[in-house]
Formats: sequence, structure tokens, C-alpha cells
Amino acid sequence: MPDVTFTVDGKKLTAPAGTLLIEACRKAGIEIPSFCYYPGLSLQAACRMCLVRQEKVPKLQTACTTTVAEGQIFTTESPEITQARKAMTELLLGNHPLDCPVCDAGGECELQDMTFKYGAGESLYAETKQHRNEQQWSPAVFYDRPRCILCYRCVRVCGEGMDVWALGVENRGVHSVIVPNVPGENGGGDQLDCEECGMCIDICPVGALTSGSYRYKTRPWEMNHVSTVCTHCADGCKVTLGVRQSNNGSEIVRGDNRDKSGMNGDFLCAKGRFGFDFVNHPERLTTPLLRNAAGELEPATWEDALRVAGARLKEVRDSRGGATIGVIGSNRTTNEENYLLQKFARTVLATNNIDHERTTDYAAFACALAGHPGKTAGLREIPSAPAILLVGGNPTDEHPFLAWQLRTNVRLNKARLYIANSRPIKLERQAKLTQELPPGGYWRLAAFLDAGQSDFSKAILAEESLIVIFGEEFRGPAVESLIAWGLKRANVRFAYLGDHANSHGAADMGLFPDLLPGYVPVTAPGPFAEYPNLPAAPGKTLPQMLDVANGGLGALLVVGANPVTRREVDLAALQNTFLIVQDLFLTETAALAHVVFPAASLYEKSGTVTNTFGDLQMVRKASDRAGAKPDFEILVRLAGAMGEEVKKLVPFGRGAMTADLGQSRGAQAGEADRHAVWLEANGLEPRLSPFDPFAVLDEIERLVPGYKLDRMNLMTGNDVRTEVAPTQPATASAIGGEDLIVPAHDTLFTSSTLGRYCSGLNEIEAHQTREHAEAAAD
Amino acid sequence: MSTETISIFSPELATRFDALVTKYPVKRSALVPMLLYAQDEIGYLSDAVITEIAHRLGLTELDVRNVASYYSMLRFKPAGRYNIQVCTNICCMLRGAYDLYERFREELNIGPHGATADGLFSLEEVECIGACSWAPAIQVNYDFHDELTPDLVPGILADYRGRAQAEGSKNHA
Repeated sequence: MPDVTFTVDGKKLTAPAGTLLIEACRKAGIEIPSFCYYPGLSLQAACRMCLVRQEKVPKLQTACTTTVAEGQIFTTESPEITQARKAMTELLLGNHPLDCPVCDAGGECELQDMTFKYGAGESLYAETKQHRNEQQWSPAVFYDRPRCILCYRCVRVCGEGMDVWALGVENRGVHSVIVPNVPGENGGGDQLDCEECGMCIDICPVGALTSGSYRYKTRPWEMNHVSTVCTHCADGCKVTLGVRQSNNGSEIVRGDNRDKSGMNGDFLCAKGRFGFDFVNHPERLTTPLLRNAAGELEPATWEDALRVAGARLKEVRDSRGGATIGVIGSNRTTNEENYLLQKFARTVLATNNIDHERTTDYAAFACALAGHPGKTAGLREIPSAPAILLVGGNPTDEHPFLAWQLRTNVRLNKARLYIANSRPIKLERQAKLTQELPPGGYWRLAAFLDAGQSDFSKAILAEESLIVIFGEEFRGPAVESLIAWGLKRANVRFAYLGDHANSHGAADMGLFPDLLPGYVPVTAPGPFAEYPNLPAAPGKTLPQMLDVANGGLGALLVVGANPVTRREVDLAALQNTFLIVQDLFLTETAALAHVVFPAASLYEKSGTVTNTFGDLQMVRKASDRAGAKPDFEILVRLAGAMGEEVKKLVPFGRGAMTADLGQSRGAQAGEADRHAVWLEANGLEPRLSPFDPFAVLDEIERLVPGYKLDRMNLMTGNDVRTEVAPTQPATASAIGGEDLIVPAHDTLFTSSTLGRYCSGLNEIEAHQTREHAEAAAD
Repeated sequence: MSTETISIFSPELATRFDALVTKYPVKRSALVPMLLYAQDEIGYLSDAVITEIAHRLGLTELDVRNVASYYSMLRFKPAGRYNIQVCTNICCMLRGAYDLYERFREELNIGPHGATADGLFSLEEVECIGACSWAPAIQVNYDFHDELTPDLVPGILADYRGRAQAEGSKNHA
């Protein structure tokens, strides 16, 4: 659309013709108030707050539905308009209870703000307010009917945004209420059967929709708001955690997206919004545990636990050799911790026996793209891509934010979404064309497309630019063939889906027996030749480490993983193994350990994580749990307890002067790094602490190919791209990559081992199961 | 294609619905007439009615309820066989509609939106029915009775009772 010039409050503005006046004004810094208007959703024009005067038009116009054209003249502030808005506010307040002192939204309420601004402080209404009782629609969503101002934002975000359509409006006029989709005994809806994303709660401008986990807990101004990255699936949504001081550190009381700066904008799913309560779970480990002479785990001091674990690791390494020690890393710890873990394994424990619970074949993906930079797509690029081919998986359940991005793109940009799957999935409603594949037939996709026989493949071949999104259905050679197909064509980019918050990071950071960080083979270590004692031969994979036939390991270190629940594991393999576990809870694996270290969760530490699309984001420490330590600190202390020179492991403090500024705990974690520029400028040393994860991030940037980060952008809280495609063609993929992959297949309300400890999610899941059982019985 | 395999409606109405959904550019445009015809046949908008209409139009049941609850002439509870609607808007009110309404209440011994025990009559107050020139007026199902006085009420009721009996015996014969 060509640009047009128009006048608002005497200022000349320019915007493309057809832009909504309210948007054009907001971009120019002129704020027009509104309740019902919400960017990206359909227009409602219900609240009448955005009324403006347009010259030569007899009545006030709604700015949210007025499109700009050449030469128009508008007034957005005048006594007449102020009077109109004041009157609207007064009408809204006619039935709105003035329970602001106890309302969850008090202090964050748009109606409060409007009343404050336009001062409808006194009411001419003499009628009593119409009261209706509050309703609980699900464990997550409560609806306080009289507080509702009927802006319809919740109805639209649920329908248009989430494609769930669980909310509607019943009755007419003053009797109108928002209703959920499951009717109660007397007709009107009173239960929700939906994806429980909680979008309606966040988008509500007042306190009508409140969250089961947060309501009546605290006031918004009594919390610190920390925006960090969600610890559940691999999309890496930014979540704002509301944190309050408590007796044992600090407590997370709310998850939402008050900070809309992340890739996910205003989107969060049930896990991001309600799945933070595991940090306060009563079974949370807060003290190290040591197995005593009677064979039982008992609480111990950090000093004792570290001394026992360190001494035993050293003894096994020195007497039986590093090859008898195994290390299993985590899909949820930070990049810095994963990098440190593999460096600790390879340089301190002198072993390549390191692996993690693989959920997808990232190694094959990186190797297939070797030498082809710029061929991966980030999550930010999805909502503007003209055409997308989604193969396999079910993003609605496993990658809710990806599903949101796809829906948004189809809705707002008319993108063409093509879906090839072996079973029907919900996103097909947005698809232009779908193609059913036989369950085992994914690997033939490239040939099928090239054949160009069906309408589906013809349409794909006709696309000039395409993003191909696929997942664990493609492993090893299947990944290669699909990528080879895409590389033959111009403008095809890829995204590969895995599970858990940092499984991509775990793979990138070299938690493989045969691959160093950046998928550099251990047999040709390249930049990693500087590692002291790096064993030359590839080590054992996870199943090999836990295989009885291999005679068992001397010692096994498990960080944030629960491998004994895997199908193929025989516990006899661990009989003579000294097992050390770092975890949040006493999992099945931790229960077998000789030493258990209580670890901090992703919400209690600083660092970076990489989502499955390769977008790297900074994790900021939100809360604190007394007794638990970040895995980073535990590893450094373990190396110290083994008598190692910690400085070789973590490159902190260049010269003689070092100091521990205590960055690993408290609200100022990572502070030294944020002040690095200042410190450098003043001739002082950054990275003063061995527990500063950013010291390791420096090394990651220096050594790992593809992790050349846009630091400035990262430090301001933005996501930055990483792209791990080795510059020279890789020699081999990870050993037996295909068979080692166990996808999590988490649903909207499960999150593998961690999900068990999210009481809120479990309640929601029980509610949904009940609703489905009832719906099936009807 | 939209023909329901098992419909709760009569074959005539089901056929009519099949045609109705093809009549508009979008199927959901047929919603309001369908609700009205369904109510005429079934007596009210039962859960089964809502389910079938939603299915026929490809809407959610929530959508159907949202629209239906907007209209005061659509009801979710059974009414009597003869639904007596007394207009109490201004013309009728000035010419004694409330006396008329009270007389119906006394004769039938039911309150607003109530139905008699035999299910024969129900009573409600309605907005203007467009018979102002002959106020006060009432509407019994689709029949109008105008220029009424309370004294005429027993006669009207007796008339409908007789009609019900005649139809009942005809059905038995």
C-alpha cells in the first residue's frame, strides 16, 4: 500500500494507506486508549474507548476501525473526547465491582488506568450493582463475572489465536456473560474443555479472568519480575516469573508474559504459564545425600558429599582409568553447564564416555548441513515465511509456540502451510494441502516430492521459498536425504524439532561419545586440541554405559537425567558402579546413587539455552532455593574436590587477582558479566569467579564453530541465532544415532520427569481427562 | 452430504434443513431460522436440538448457544402446548394489558414463564407484537387475539382446551 499523509492533533503523520488509525498513532507515539482492540486479533469496536474526532464527520469515530487515507485530519485529545471517554468509563464502572484492593489485577488493570486518566471518580448511577457469583472453569481459569467489561479479547484469542474456540458470549445487553464451552446443569457454560493455555487470563484487561495458581496470592507490586526462558519444551518461550521473598529463599508465584519482548510475544502455553510450581514442590532436594554403611541415603553436608564423590572419582580414574567412568548429561541444563560437563569428563575424568538422553538426531542434522550456512530457520522467521512444509509430529501438543506461529502466519499473512503426516493433526485446519504418509514412510518423502505426481508435491515444487519443519521421524540417513533434497533447490531452509528446553544445546555442546562441541569429531579435535588429556578414541554411548554385558562402570555421573527409566536398562549393570547424581528430585536414578547433589532448576540460575531452532537466549536467575546449587557450581566444586586446577576448567581471572563476588546466588547472579565492559574499561578483570557461567560462554564462543554470538543483542535479553554446521564436511555422525533416540512425546500438560512434580499441570491434566471422559459418555 | 443419518427432527423438517443450509453463501446463516423451526417442532431448544444443529452447520455447540441465548423468543426449557404471550408494551399497557396478564395468572395459577401441570398452557410477558391498533393483544403460539378484556380470558382458555381435546381424540381415532 502506498504511504499517505494525514494529520493527528496537528502533527503530520505518514503511514501506508489502510493502516488502522489506532496503530498508526501508536507507532507515532500518540496513545489512544482501548479495551477491545488487540493487535493481531479481529476488530470488535465494542468498548468505544478509542473514539476520536475526524474532521467533516458528524460523529466521533472509533480509531480501531478507521483506516487512514490521504489528507484526513483527526483530533485524539479534546475536552469533547475526554468527556466521551469519561462517560464510557463511568458506564463500565456501573456494574464493575470496586474490589480493586483484593483484585488480582489491581495495579495492572487497564480499567484502573483509564479511570485514573479520565477521572470518572464519581458515579451518577444510583442503581445497585448486578452481582453474580464467581465461577471456576478449570483448575487454571476462574471467571469473576461482574468484573468483566465484555471486550471479547478472551473470546477472540481463544478462537482466532489458539484455534480452540472454547469461549463465547451468552445472553444479551447487561445480562451478557463470557461462557466456557461445557454447559453446566442449568444451561449456561461452567467448565472449560480446552488447551488450558491461559491466554485468556493474560489478555484480560481487568481482573475478570484470573489464574488458579496466582489468584489472591500476592499483589503485582510485591513481586520482582524476571524474564527468563521456559524450562519445558524445546521452543524456548520467554516467560516472566513473578518472584516473592519467602522463608527458604524466594518463591515463584506467577508465570506470565508481562515482558512481551521474547520471540513468543504474548504467547505462552499451559506449561510455560502454570508449570513453574515444581520449584516449590515438597519433595525438592535441598541437601546433599550420601549412602551410609547401612546402605541408605542420608542427608550430608556439601563438604562431605563433595569430598566423598571427588575422592572416589579420582580413585577410579587413577586406578582403573578414565574409560571406566561414564557421564550422562541433561536436556534441561544450560549450554555453559553442558559444555563444562563434557570438558570435565574429557579433561578431568579423562573419558569420552559421555552422552545424553537423545530425543532427536541433531548430530545427523548438523552433519547433513555441513558446509551450507544459512540453511536453518529460526523461530522468529516462521510467522513471515510464505510457505512452510510441516512433516510429522504434532506441534499443537509438542511445540505449542511453533503451532501458534504457524497459525498466526496463516491467519495474518495467508501463508501456505503444507502438512505431511501419518496421522491427522489439529494444524491441518490451517493447512492448504495435506498428505497422508504411511507410518514408516517418512524417509521416502524426498523421492515422493521429486516425483511430482500428486497435487501436494506439485504445489511444493512450485514454491519459490520454503521452510521445511520436521522431527524425530527423520533420523540418520533419512535426515540426510531430506536435506539433500532441499539443498538441491534454492531457498529451502530447515528446522528440526526435538524435546526439552536445551536438548539442542546439549547436542551442540558435545554431549556425545564421539563428537566434541559443535559436532567436531573427537578423532580430529581441531580447535579442541588445546584440551589437556583429551582421549583420542570415541567413548561409550548411553545404552553401552548401562549395559550389563560391558561389565559395568567404575563410576557414573548423571546430571539432570533419569536414564534408569529407559526400557533397555538392566539395574544389575549399576551394581558395582559408584553413582553420582545431580538433580532436583530423588528420581528413580537418584534413588540408586551413592551421592546425590541437590541441583538448582533452570529458573534458579543464569546462563544460556538454545532452542530446537538454534535460537540462543539468556536464562536469568529468578528465584532461589536454599540448599540447592546450580550444576555449574557443583561441577566446579567437584573438580576442586578432585584436586584439579579449576582455572584450567573455567577460564576465570587472567592474572593473579581473583575474587568470588558470589555471582552464583542472589538476584545479582551474572552481574560481573553485565559489568564486564565497565570492568575492562577500568583496567579491572571481568570473570572474577570460577562460578561465573559467562566465563565458559567466552570459551564456547572462542572454540565452538557456529556459536559466534551477537553479544550485545544477547545481553539486552534478545534471542540470537546459532548455526552449528561444521565448515568442513563432518567425517561421521554420532555412533548408532538412530537407535539411541527416544522422543519424549510430551503432551500439553506433561513434561517428562519434571512434569510429575508440577502439581498445577497434573491438576489440569486430570480436569481435561475428566472432561473428555464425560464428553465421550454423552 | 449434510443429511444426518439419525435426526431428532421429523423427516419433513430434516429435509427442509438440508435445503436451508445450501441456501446461503455460508452455512451458519441458516442458524436462526433453523433454531426457530426446531423450537416449533420440538417445543424448545433441547441439548439434542443444539447438538444436531451445530453438527449440521459445522459450528460448535457453544456457538449455537451463544446465538440462541441472545433471542428472548428462543427458549431452553419446555413451554406449554399453547404458549400465551401477553404484550405489555406501551399501547397494550395503557389499554389494560396488566389486568389481562393478571387474569391469565389467576386462571392458570402459574407465574411468568411457568407452565400448567398438564403441560397445556404456559404464560409469558412479551415485548411489542405489532398489534398496537387493536391493543391489548396476545399471541398464543402463532395466533393473535386482540381488543381483549380480562373477562374474555376464560373463553379463550376454554377454546384451546377444547381444541386440545379434539386433536387428542383425533389422534386416538
